[in-house]
Amino acid sequence: MSDEHNAYDAIMSADDDERHWAFGTGFDDPLSGVDRSIPSHVESADLVAYCLMLADDALVLAQRLAEWCSHAPELEEDVALANIALDLLGQSRLLLSRAGEVEGAGRDEDALAYLRDEHEFRNVRLVEIDCGPGPGGDFATTIARLLVFATWRLALMSQLAASVDPVLAAIAAKGVKELAYHRDHAAQWTLRLAGGTDYSRERMIAGLARVWPLVPELFDSHEIEERLPGVAVDPATVRAEVDEVLDTVFTAAGLDRPEVGRLAAVAGRTGRDGVHTEELGYVLAELQHVARALPGATW
Amino acid sequence: MSAREIAEAVLDPELPVLTLAELGVLRSVEEHGERVVVTITPTYTGCPALEEMRVDLRRRLAGAGYRKVEVRTVLSPAWTTDWISDAGRRKLAEHGIAPPARIGPRAAGPVPLNLTPPPARVWCPLCGSADTVELSRFSATACKALRRCESCREPFEHVKEI
Repeated sequence: MSDEHNAYDAIMSADDDERHWAFGTGFDDPLSGVDRSIPSHVESADLVAYCLMLADDALVLAQRLAEWCSHAPELEEDVALANIALDLLGQSRLLLSRAGEVEGAGRDEDALAYLRDEHEFRNVRLVEIDCGPGPGGDFATTIARLLVFATWRLALMSQLAASVDPVLAAIAAKGVKELAYHRDHAAQWTLRLAGGTDYSRERMIAGLARVWPLVPELFDSHEIEERLPGVAVDPATVRAEVDEVLDTVFTAAGLDRPEVGRLAAVAGRTGRDGVHTEELGYVLAELQHVARALPGATW
Repeated sequence: MSAREIAEAVLDPELPVLTLAELGVLRSVEEHGERVVVTITPTYTGCPALEEMRVDLRRRLAGAGYRKVEVRTVLSPAWTTDWISDAGRRKLAEHGIAPPARIGPRAAGPVPLNLTPPPARVWCPLCGSADTVELSRFSATACKALRRCESCREPFEHVKEI
């Protein structure tokens, strides 16, 4: 392609005053200038907890998806999973900023992402388990998790777009657009793997079986959501929609819904209460290590 | 130049042939004496270019003598590729990037599931052929897909509809 057709020339011709490159220059508050009024009847500690639930789901899965970069079956898939991770990271940044703002204790998105310990993370356990490229799974397992997660989160966000909290409603409405193509991507890969070779089909079935014990937890109503009527979405209410979408995919792929029991809660507590599998610790070690080893580092 | 003209001329950091106005991320520019309030909207939630846009807007306006520049972010209504202007679409095509089709507002009700990529008529920005295929829905930036022209065989990028 000749230079006059190169849309990116200005990125390359960087002198100090005309710098256009977008990365590595430090990030500002992603909610800068957004109207942040808090609905009047809301207990702020509950709103903070709810924002952390939704933020941590996205943050931890973004980290898991990023592990695929350079390990996916093809280059396009490296890019695809990294793009999806970036969308989720973006949702997480907005939600963490909202949590920090409502909390009012001076914690920003970085403090919440890097300086909380495992038991303070409120993500569902589905997002933290190793679904590959580590020994806990493979590409099909990752696709199985992404299919379930994107379907569930899209249904949640579609309802959350009507929240009386203006920030949550706006983040959700934006998230719906992104989650729709995350879900399509996972559904199309599910069909491709299930309809490919005997081996790819076997891996797809095994992948679904691996993630399925973590699925029921997605629909457990939590006391935080119950205390935030009109603000939060009760996940029990999205179960029918999620089941319908998943059944559509399974039918098209000629797959059966897995018959696997749920991963038990620990004394009635699950990921939403800060009770996690061992695997979250490994994710957080990688996510938080540099920020904790070199506090305040910039590049 | 007015504050509006200055803000409108700031280039997108990742597609630096388009101005913020042509990209449709510039919502409003209000001038109150030396103070200017610029409102922008992000294209994608995770797009790192947003911060660069804020920096560029502040620098350009400060350089033109506006002493107090506030850049506000509005998340709602969410940005859509329908907001890319006709001039913006023309410039994209001139630079080898297929512009997005217009999609209109989304129908109410559940978001439809696509088990196969929906059919798309995307013209090759190099030879004009409509015989093009999607190689990957994801490309170098969040907003673009990678396609190939079956007539001239060249790969090209397409700003995907959202």
